Amino acid sequence: MVTLHHYLFLSALLFGVGIVGVMVRRNLIVILMSLELMLNAVNLTFVAFSRYLGSIEGQIFVLFIMVVAASEVAVGLAIAVAIYRQKGTVDVNEINLMKW
Amino acid sequence: MTDLVWLIPILPLIGFLINGLIGRRFPEKVVGWIGAASVGASFVVALLIFLELIGMPASSRSVQKVVYTWMLSGDLNVPFGFLVDPLSMVMMMVVSGVGCIIHVYSIGYMHGELGFRRFFAYLNLFVFNMLILVSANNFLLMFVGWEGVGLCSYLLIGYYYEKQSASDAGKKAFVVNRVGDFGFLVGMFIIFVIFGTFDFVPIFAEAPNKLTYGGGLATAITLLLFVGATGKSAQIPLYTWLPDAMEGPTPVSALIHAATMVTAGVYMVARCSVLFALAPVSMSVVAVIGGATALYAATIGITQFDIKRVLAYSTISQLGYMFMACGVAAFGSGIFHLMTHAFFKALLFLAAGSVMHAMSGELDMRKMGGLKKALPRTHWTYLFGTLAIAGIFPFAGFFSKDEILYFSFAKNPGFWILGAVGALMTSFYMFRSVFMTFYGTSRVDHEAAHHLHESPPIMTVPLMILAILALIGGFVGFPIIEGANVFGNFLAPVFAPAQAIIAHAAHAGSHHASVVLELTLMGVSLAIAIVGLLAARKFYITDPDAPERVITHFPGLHELVYNKYWIDELYDVLFVNSIVKFSRFLWKSFDDTVIDGIVNGVAGVVRSWAGVLRLVETGLVKDYALSILVGLLAVIGYLVLR
Repeated sequence: MVTLHHYLFLSALLFGVGIVGVMVRRNLIVILMSLELMLNAVNLTFVAFSRYLGSIEGQIFVLFIMVVAASEVAVGLAIAVAIYRQKGTVDVNEINLMKW
Repeated sequence: MTDLVWLIPILPLIGFLINGLIGRRFPEKVVGWIGAASVGASFVVALLIFLELIGMPASSRSVQKVVYTWMLSGDLNVPFGFLVDPLSMVMMMVVSGVGCIIHVYSIGYMHGELGFRRFFAYLNLFVFNMLILVSANNFLLMFVGWEGVGLCSYLLIGYYYEKQSASDAGKKAFVVNRVGDFGFLVGMFIIFVIFGTFDFVPIFAEAPNKLTYGGGLATAITLLLFVGATGKSAQIPLYTWLPDAMEGPTPVSALIHAATMVTAGVYMVARCSVLFALAPVSMSVVAVIGGATALYAATIGITQFDIKRVLAYSTISQLGYMFMACGVAAFGSGIFHLMTHAFFKALLFLAAGSVMHAMSGELDMRKMGGLKKALPRTHWTYLFGTLAIAGIFPFAGFFSKDEILYFSFAKNPGFWILGAVGALMTSFYMFRSVFMTFYGTSRVDHEAAHHLHESPPIMTVPLMILAILALIGGFVGFPIIEGANVFGNFLAPVFAPAQAIIAHAAHAGSHHASVVLELTLMGVSLAIAIVGLLAARKFYITDPDAPERVITHFPGLHELVYNKYWIDELYDVLFVNSIVKFSRFLWKSFDDTVIDGIVNGVAGVVRSWAGVLRLVETGLVKDYALSILVGLLAVIGYLVLR
């Protein structure tokens, strides 16, 4: 029997993987992927609660998040391409123009 | 027609706006005629209103026209309003009439000058402010005009701003006037505290009830107002700016520093005649200062060689006569002299300008002489002005000055002596200037003699008009005998409340008109004028070495007077230097250390903290992500554990 707890546990796990990915990976593409993972972990939570509570609103939110995630990836990848053309790398440690 | 009184000041303002904003697009002639026409139109309106005023019964000749409410705040209600009464009408006609003539003259005089448009714009702005000053129905609006004419005076004295002495003179005029304005302002504030309004009519109606005769309050108010008048009208001790103001173009000297602006103080004292009547001490102060200035400035005038400076000192001296008249409660005579003086002094200045024009800007009378042949029209107009100011019958100055001398004598023969000695000197130094400039042998250097030429008609026609006014202007005050004087009777209603207060205080009317006395005094002053004429003739025509002999006889005295009693230097030592030193102290020790210290200190603190905090900005994405995560956890932790 798959209960709500399973879903939440899986979601937390995915979110944690996403966080770790953002924190430790240096490749900009991978960081974006990790971000997607975190967003989808949240989506999973929304869907699980929606099903559990018998309310459609959670699923509507999921659709919104997917739209936002899609645009965010489009912008993010465009930035990644632009940075690559500039610097010849997508290593975020090299992208430190904001440094003091 | 009186409803249209607002047109009188507004028309020159329109001229100012046209010339100031889009004057650059017009040729010189158009600019000049716009300037002159706008003032001329004001004069026409003023004349029409004046004619209507004459048609009214004498008692109702005081009309207020409020255009709109200018300020409304609590108890303070200041209208943008005008007061039409005989006094303001006389002033408006003199200002716009003489102003118009001088504008026309300026078209010729300023021809080809670099700042021609600027000049006419300022001149129109001046006329606007002056008309506001004399037509306002409350103190605050009057003060707007008062400050406005001061501003224009500053701008026009410094017209040749690339010349150091001219811009210095402008600043001097401005600063000295500030001292006087301070007194005017404080006086105005006290009036508001007591009366709760700035409007003339209620203030003067209420004054006898709210102020006690001879009380400290009335004295304080009037003395403070008089401080303002001494600044604007160049009386002792604030006269020093006027001679320096001659740095401006000559039409400016004629319009602002002889005919109109400098008489604003006299107008103000006459306007506040009720207040002054309530303060006999102030009246005495006004009379003494006026008489002393009349005599004192005349002595300096004798020794000067710069033709415009002679006229400047004579202006100060004549203004002294006007104040002396106000001080002895002969306000009407003061205004009468103001009007005739506007005619003949504007004439003298413009004629002097015409001489300068012919002499390529030369002002030193020692380098003139014998100009009568080359400048015939300038010569006889200047002569008319001189006859008028010296008080020779039947020229305008004879009537007005004699009226003043008569009233001074009636009040206190001491004042009459001041005035009579001053009149002797006036006659002497004015004829001295005539003889040095137009008669005798020519001392013009060869270069200038070559270029000598009479001025064009656009300059000589205004001179002739003014010369005619200087000749016949006095007859409005004819016959001079008290009580039968047309001009005096026209103004009398304005000053009636003040005269009533004075008569009441004197109980039995100690002042009684005596035709015999008046005729005697007339004869005496005519004799004085002729003695001055003859003395000047002896000194500068028949015996040209006489001045040198007198100087060698009294070297110290001449040195003292020639250097204007070293008053400028004295003021420098007493006030200017100490203020400069104090300012330097503030600059070096307060501004440089305290103010700059605070600013730099704040900047330094921010900078040092920023030096520490900026280390947080590593530029690494993971650090930013970590800080976001920590923040998120903190918020969630707070919400969960709350």
